[in-house]
Amino acid sequence: MTGTLLASLFVFVLASFVGFEVINKVPPTLHTPLMSGANAISGIAVIGALLISGPKDWNVTVILGLIAVVLATINVVGGFLVTDRMLQMFKKKEVKA
Amino acid sequence: MTDFLPTGIELSYLVAASLFILGLKQLGSPATARQGNFLAAVGMLLAVVVTLLDRQVLNYQMILLGLAIGSGIGAIAAYKVEMTDMPQMVGLLNGLGGAASALVAIGEFWRLLSTGEPVSLEATITIILGVLIGGVTLTGSFVAFAKLQGLLPGAPMTFPLQQPINALLLIGFLVASGYLLMTPENLSVFLGLVAISLVLGVLFVLPIGGGDMPVVISLLNSYSGLAASAAGFVVMNNMLIIAGALVGASGIILTQIMCKAMNRSLTSVLFGAFGGGGSSSIAAAGGSANQDKTVKSVDPEEAAMMLGYARSVVIIPGYGMAVAQAQHSVRELADQLEGKGVEVKYAIHPVAGRMPGHMNVLLAEANVPYPQLYDMDDINPQFEETDVALVIGANDVVNPAARSDASSPIYGMPILEVDKAKHAIVIKRGMSTGFAGVDNDLFYKDKTMMLFGSAKDVVAQLVSEVKQL
Repeated sequence: MTGTLLASLFVFVLASFVGFEVINKVPPTLHTPLMSGANAISGIAVIGALLISGPKDWNVTVILGLIAVVLATINVVGGFLVTDRMLQMFKKKEVKA
Repeated sequence: MTDFLPTGIELSYLVAASLFILGLKQLGSPATARQGNFLAAVGMLLAVVVTLLDRQVLNYQMILLGLAIGSGIGAIAAYKVEMTDMPQMVGLLNGLGGAASALVAIGEFWRLLSTGEPVSLEATITIILGVLIGGVTLTGSFVAFAKLQGLLPGAPMTFPLQQPINALLLIGFLVASGYLLMTPENLSVFLGLVAISLVLGVLFVLPIGGGDMPVVISLLNSYSGLAASAAGFVVMNNMLIIAGALVGASGIILTQIMCKAMNRSLTSVLFGAFGGGGSSSIAAAGGSANQDKTVKSVDPEEAAMMLGYARSVVIIPGYGMAVAQAQHSVRELADQLEGKGVEVKYAIHPVAGRMPGHMNVLLAEANVPYPQLYDMDDINPQFEETDVALVIGANDVVNPAARSDASSPIYGMPILEVDKAKHAIVIKRGMSTGFAGVDNDLFYKDKTMMLFGSAKDVVAQLVSEVKQL
């Protein structure tokens, strides 16, 4: 168990570095879309919610999990769609320019 | 949740994580941004679909119902929201993500309790972390939302003994956590931890002023990622850990950019209560010193003449323009002026608006051509050759006190050097101060004309006056 935790910690730290490197230089124009896009990705908690709401019998965990599924899905779907809506406006402009 | 997951699912997670990284990378450049967002969305879909194949997941009907409800609400919200309200939308979505992560941690704790076996130390630690970060993200985001939406006053809200109470809550949280680590089967202590996390989130954002909201929104965005990571540790799922870490890192980078743009350290944003307490007395003193100074005001007709016969005009949009929904009239005015051979540029301060890059989105919505938008560093050297700088609903970002007055709370914040332009026209509702609560010397300068009124009405008048020139 401790081994798994350690491995996960490695994954977490390395992924953080990747995040820093990937996003380091972003023009101010894209700050808002980047933030709402990243926000949508943070809805990945939906996976955790799916896993804990999996059992067929009803109990507190499943109920909490299902609520989490709904909330996280709003985050994911709303986040990606609104980001696309914003980026669409930028695109229109580039064609015009 | 350390059950063996079939290799196929794990490999799919790896693909999804790669898609997230590629997507974020492409979101960093205007040409590929839309595709990047699409890639990330595909990654998410893949992750959700393969998770449904997991053998733990049997409760299909209810889960699909949940996914459908969430998708419906999310889609409607995404299509209905006004671009001016983007900061609130992102704040709200952040909160929901945090809530989901906290619920995962709470649900997992319940499951471990109901198995009747002792809860392991690692599991307890990760669950406590998940509850703390998720809970703070949830209530913190909701308070930020309420402030941005105007449900709560935007000014910093402080009350006596605020810091001691925060410290007490934090100590309480640590003590209770320690207790829970020793006796993990204690449900009431656990619920106490949940409650303290929620209260901490509220207390964390309440004292932060409206002017600092771009920083807070970025920071909460980072927290929502960390909350997902924490949930990933709870259910031991690398997919959550990686995606959460990516978002956490991106949020921190944006927070740093925002802090730098305001020349404020993160700690002073979080604990300083800008514009309240000590700094408000300075602002008040500045205000009385300015009482004997006079302000020149113009009517739209005269302003239109100045604009119409200028060679170069720089428009400085601020949040006032966004609130008045004047971005379309502003673009119309710019078109009119360009028709008369005036060179029009837009100067965008990094913290104009209520979230990073907010102003760019609003102008894009009004079809302002991309190359006309200039960042602060690019436009500042050009102000000296600018005939008229037109400030629309911006205040603190053009305050010369940031450059010259060491006692000003905004001293050191990089500003748009509007005072160096040959003339400045400031469209503003009245003489009130900006979000930082600081008086603005620019308004009292000889070459500055004030044009009082709501941005939308005034700009519309300018458009018709310029037409008649």
